[in-house]
Amino acid sequence: MSEVLVLVDHANGTVRKTTAELLTIARRLGEPSAVFVGDGFDAAKETLAKFGAEKVYRVESADVTDYLVAPQAEVLAQLVADKSPAAVLIPSNSAGKEIAARLAVKTDSGLITDAVDVQAGEGGGVSTTQSVFAGSYTVKASVTKGTPIVTVKPNSAAPEEAAGAAADEVVDVTISDAAKGAKITESKAKEASGRPELTEAAIVVSGGRGTGGDFGPVEAFADSLGAAVGASRAAVDAGWYPHTSQVGQTGKQVSPQLYVAAGISGAIQHRAGMQTSKTIIAVNKDEEAPIFELVDFGVVGDLFQVLPQATEAVKAAKG
Amino acid sequence: MNIVVCVKYVPDAQSDRTFNESDNTTDRVGVDGLLSELDEYAVEEALKLVEAGEGEVTVVTIGPDEAADALKKALQMGADKAVHVKDDAIHGSDAIATSLVLAEAVKKAAGGTPELVLTGMASTDGTMSVVPAMLAERLGLPQVTFASELTVDGQQVTIRRDGDAASETIVATLPALVSVTDQINEPRYPSFKGIMAAKKKPVEEWSLADLGVDASQVGLDAAWTKVESFTKRPPREQGQIVTDEGDGGTKLAEFLTAQKFV
Ligand SMILES: Cc1cc2nc3c(=O)[nH]c(=O)nc-3n(C[C@H](O)[C@H](O)[C@H](O)COP(=O)(O)OP(=O)(O)OC[C@H]3O[C@@H](n4cnc5c(N)ncnc54)[C@H](O)[C@@H]3O)c2cc1C
Repeated sequence: MSEVLVLVDHANGTVRKTTAELLTIARRLGEPSAVFVGDGFDAAKETLAKFGAEKVYRVESADVTDYLVAPQAEVLAQLVADKSPAAVLIPSNSAGKEIAARLAVKTDSGLITDAVDVQAGEGGGVSTTQSVFAGSYTVKASVTKGTPIVTVKPNSAAPEEAAGAAADEVVDVTISDAAKGAKITESKAKEASGRPELTEAAIVVSGGRGTGGDFGPVEAFADSLGAAVGASRAAVDAGWYPHTSQVGQTGKQVSPQLYVAAGISGAIQHRAGMQTSKTIIAVNKDEEAPIFELVDFGVVGDLFQVLPQATEAVKAAKG
Repeated sequence: MNIVVCVKYVPDAQSDRTFNESDNTTDRVGVDGLLSELDEYAVEEALKLVEAGEGEVTVVTIGPDEAADALKKALQMGADKAVHVKDDAIHGSDAIATSLVLAEAVKKAAGGTPELVLTGMASTDGTMSVVPAMLAERLGLPQVTFASELTVDGQQVTIRRDGDAASETIVATLPALVSVTDQINEPRYPSFKGIMAAKKKPVEEWSLADLGVDASQVGLDAAWTKVESFTKRPPREQGQIVTDEGDGGTKLAEFLTAQKFV
C-alpha cells in the first residue's frame, strides 16, 4: 500500500487535533506517514502512533524552523520525490496552504485547498469535497496530475484511533539559500485563553459591535458551553478582541456544530467564515438583521439580558 | 523603489455567485465586478511606500475585458501605469497556471526582477490564498506574506505576521514578494484629481504570446485538478425566531437542551 504523507501540526510536540483528523483521513487513502518538523517529537510520538502513523519522518534542522514556509515545502518536495506517496495531506491554515502551494509548483502536482472531506477516488487518486462561495455550493473535485496535494479544514473527520508503529526516521534535508529568504526573527506566542482553539471547537460563541466592547456576557456564555470565543471584524477593529479571534473572510473560517452570533449583523464577509456551521443561533436587537436569515434559532433581544439568563439556565441544566 | 502590484477583478461579493453549467468554471459573465477589496490594501501600501521615497507603481492583472475596471480603479487611486494580460486561452485557469502567467507578466513589467512585488492576502472570490506563495516560488523571491505591518528600510523588509499560534516578525532582503492583510492600512478613495489623471495613464495589453507562455500550459484543459460536480446547498430552512419578553435566555437554553448541546 502506498504511503500518504501527513504534515503534523504541533506546537513543541503538542499535536493539534487536526493532525489526528488528517491521519484518520490518510488511512482511507493508504498507509499514513507523518512528517514532523521541529522539536518535541518525543512528546508527539504517542499521539501519532495512536492515530495510525506507521512511519514518522523527522526534520529538526533550524534551517527549516527559523524561516517562513519555503523550507517546509522543500522538505515535502524531497519526501515526495523519495517516497512517491499516494497523496500529501496538509492542515488548511494560512501557513499550511502556502506550503501546499509551493509544493504543488515544485512537484508539478494538482492542489486542492480547504477540503472538508477526502475519500479515495474511484479510479485511484482522491475525491475531495469543498464548500465554496460562502458555503452556497458544494464542489467535488479530483486531482488529475502529479501527487494529489490536499489541504484539509479542521473538523473534516472524526478522529479514529488505530494503532500505528510510528517508527521514526530522521531525514537529512538540504535547504536551498533561496528558501531561506524570509527569516522569522521573533515569535510571540498567543496568550492562552484556556478555551478551545477557534477553528477546532465544537461550539463557537461570537460577539460583535453590539457588545459595545463588553465581551463579558459572551465569554460567560461560551464558558458555560465549553465553547471558543470569536468576534466580528467590527469588534476586532475597535480593539475589543484580538484579530486572531476574527471570524470571516479575512479572519478564521469556522464550521462548528454550533455557532452563536451575539450583536453581529451578519454581513456577507462575516457569513463567509461561519455559514457552514451545523446549527446557527443569533441574538440581536434588530429583527431585520440579516443574520436571522441563517439561523436555526434566533432571539430578538438585548444580548445583555438574553445571554446572562441563558448562561444561568445552561449551568442549571448541567447541574 | 519600483513596485509591481498584482490585482484581481472579482465578482461583487454582494451579488450571487454561480458556476458556469457548461464547463464548471466560476461564472464571471453578467455579474458586476470590481477591484478585489483585498487588493486595495496592496495598492495603498505601494502608494505609501513610493510617496515616502521615490519610484513607480505598476499594477498588473490577468482577466477578461472587464478586468480593465480593476486597473482603472488602481490608477485612480494613484498607481502610475497598468498592465492587462488577456487571452481567451486563459479562461478556466487554476491557481497554478495563473501564477505562471503572473510571474512572466511581473518580470516583463519590471524589466527583469522587480524590487518589490505586492499582493493582497487572498481574492474575495476564490479565497484559496495560494497565488502569492506560488508567485514567490516561481520568481525565486523571499515570500513575506500576510503582513499586518510592513516597513522597508534600505534593502530590508520587515513585517508582522499574525499567525494562528503566534505573532511573528519576519525579515527579508529586497527583492521580495509581500502580501498584505486588511489590517495594514485604510485604502484611500480616488480623488477627483486622481480620476481625471487616470485617464491619461498608460495601460498596456499583453497576450500569452507577448509573455512567451504557451497556451497549452493554461486554461481549463491544463488545470491539474478537475471539478467533478457542484451542487447548490439547499437554502437553510427558516429557523425559529422568538422575541425576548423576559424569557429569551431561558428559551435559548431550552433550544440548546432539545438539540442536545447541553
Ligand atoms: C474586505 C473586507 C473584509 C471583511 N472581512 C470581515 C471578516 O472577516 N469578518 C467580519 O466579521 N467582518 C468582515 N468585514 C466587515 C463586515 O463587512 C462588517 O462590517 C462587520 O462584519 C460588521 O460587524 P458587526 O456585525 O459586529 O457590526 P454591525 O454590522 O454594526 O452590527 C452590530 C449588530 O449588533 C446589534 N446590536 C447592537 N446592540 C445590541 C445589543 N445590546 N444586543 C443585541 N444586539 C445588538 C445591531 O442590531 C447590529 O445588527 C469585512 C469587510 C471588508 C470590506
